[in-house]
Amino acid sequence: MVKHLLWPLYRLKDDYRLRPIFHHLAAWAALLALILEINLAPSGLQPPTERPYLRYFLIVVLALTIILPLAARSPERKAKILAKDNFYAAAITLLNILNIVTSKYTLIPAIFFPAPDRIIAVLFEDFNYLILVCLFSSGKLLVTGFFSGALAGLVTGVAIGFSKPAAYWLNPLIKILGPIPPTAWIPIVLVAFPTTWAGAVFLIALSVWFPTSVMTSSGILNVQNAYFEVSSALGAKRVYQIFMVGIPAAMPLIFTGLFSGACSSFLTLMTAEMVGVKSGIGWYINWQREMLSYSNVYAGLIIIAFSFYSLITLFFKVRDRVLVWQKGMIKW
Amino acid sequence: MVSATLDTSQGVIDIKGVSKNFPHPDGSEVKALSQVELTVSGGEFVSLIGPSGCGKSTLLRLIAGLDKATTGTLELDGQTIDGPSAERGLAFQNPYLFPWLNIYNNVAFGLRARRVYKRLKSMVGQYLELVGLGKFGQVYPHHLSGGMAQRASLARALINEPRVLLLDEPLGALDAFTRMNMQDEILRIRSEKRITMIMVTHDVDEAIYLSDRVIIMTPGPGKVEKILAVPLTRPRARNTPDFLSLRSRILEILNFAGRLDEPAYQI
Repeated sequence: MVKHLLWPLYRLKDDYRLRPIFHHLAAWAALLALILEINLAPSGLQPPTERPYLRYFLIVVLALTIILPLAARSPERKAKILAKDNFYAAAITLLNILNIVTSKYTLIPAIFFPAPDRIIAVLFEDFNYLILVCLFSSGKLLVTGFFSGALAGLVTGVAIGFSKPAAYWLNPLIKILGPIPPTAWIPIVLVAFPTTWAGAVFLIALSVWFPTSVMTSSGILNVQNAYFEVSSALGAKRVYQIFMVGIPAAMPLIFTGLFSGACSSFLTLMTAEMVGVKSGIGWYINWQREMLSYSNVYAGLIIIAFSFYSLITLFFKVRDRVLVWQKGMIKW
Repeated sequence: MVSATLDTSQGVIDIKGVSKNFPHPDGSEVKALSQVELTVSGGEFVSLIGPSGCGKSTLLRLIAGLDKATTGTLELDGQTIDGPSAERGLAFQNPYLFPWLNIYNNVAFGLRARRVYKRLKSMVGQYLELVGLGKFGQVYPHHLSGGMAQRASLARALINEPRVLLLDEPLGALDAFTRMNMQDEILRIRSEKRITMIMVTHDVDEAIYLSDRVIIMTPGPGKVEKILAVPLTRPRARNTPDFLSLRSRILEILNFAGRLDEPAYQI
């Protein structure tokens, strides 16, 4: 009887031993969250939203957790989806707890910790402004800064790696300027650049330039000389060697440099937007904070999390494509 | 079993009075090579043999143009060697395949570097076939065994159709059986391509099995001690009395023959 009642959590095995079943927990977690959201009365301390966004959200989540495993085309695909089931269940439960703590009983100050309903409401109602205006502006700044910094870093690194005079003049520059956190330049950048936007591009480029040039030069300096000897015996001239031997051989380290550059550029972007640039997600968050609308602050944070997560994922995809030759050679 | 007519006018190496000194950390100079005189005729197979420190690899690097001689001149077909070039192919003990290129692109590297790939790309397949790697073009180097990697490195050096192939202990890292297979492979390639080959080796049997002449070198300072012609007909067997007597002569010259009159232990 007990076994029968607990069937979602336990499955009867042929040998009559109970084995915990971890499948479909996410669906149960979503259902539980939905039931509690509908049946528990709100405390009334949180400003109500126009529509019950959290209920919509939980219904969509519940539907997805049921449909996705069922709609899987192959058993492997289904196993892959279900492998993350426990994690999704935990995440949904966390949202459930958060909802109870903020919306239902309001155990923490409503002004700083808005109900999930209100955050989702901002994401819905301010979607156009958040994505089309703020995210687009941040993206433009980030892309411009990142690529100019990466290009400058590659050029500097290759120059140091291949030319002794360049190493003589540039190495001390990197050693002295590099470790200064890019944001420490803000007081100078604000007065030295014609627009704050140009200054912000410079700061982001600076934060990408340092790790990229350091890693590129050390990547090239660590290439075994034999590769250059072999290539010159195969008829390769200097420039051909730089592009076809030195840079490809240094690629793994170049990507390490670009990765830490990317991480530091996110930081610089947010700081630059909060301090000087009057647009973008960072500026939005700061602006909303000053107006004490914390639901908008959280919505901004969620947008940032998803955008940066997507950028990092994209970065790793590109890296895996470029470094496909390392497959089976190095465990990442 | 000479299958192609021997073209002795191409691939002639002339080494005249070559010495090479390296700076020592204490400020003095180390004489790695002293007054080497050697002429290698076109299509000849020559082995450089001797204990470590005898300068055989140094000499090979000078011929490759990777280092410059302190004194003396090196010439290929009358032209002074003053740097690495595609006409002198090179293969090391470590194959040094470019790990970021698959085998096809490794072999094609020389064609691309010389900007003739578009015209000659059919050669890549031919040379992969020549070394028995026809099916491995798309594979990356770290998936290949030691012997296969060495074949790929030979194909990569040979695709430029060099006049001279320089081999620095190319089979040193291979196990005994792969090694003997690869020795036959090198002889087969040589009978097809008929180019001058100069090989550095530690292995006396390998030197006799492959070479027309064995250059015996001794250290301190590195110099050519003796040049022995190998008069054995090809194909050669590794166990004929002539082979074995040549072997003991080389070991005697190198002072490694051992002393049979005072056995260390009774069998």
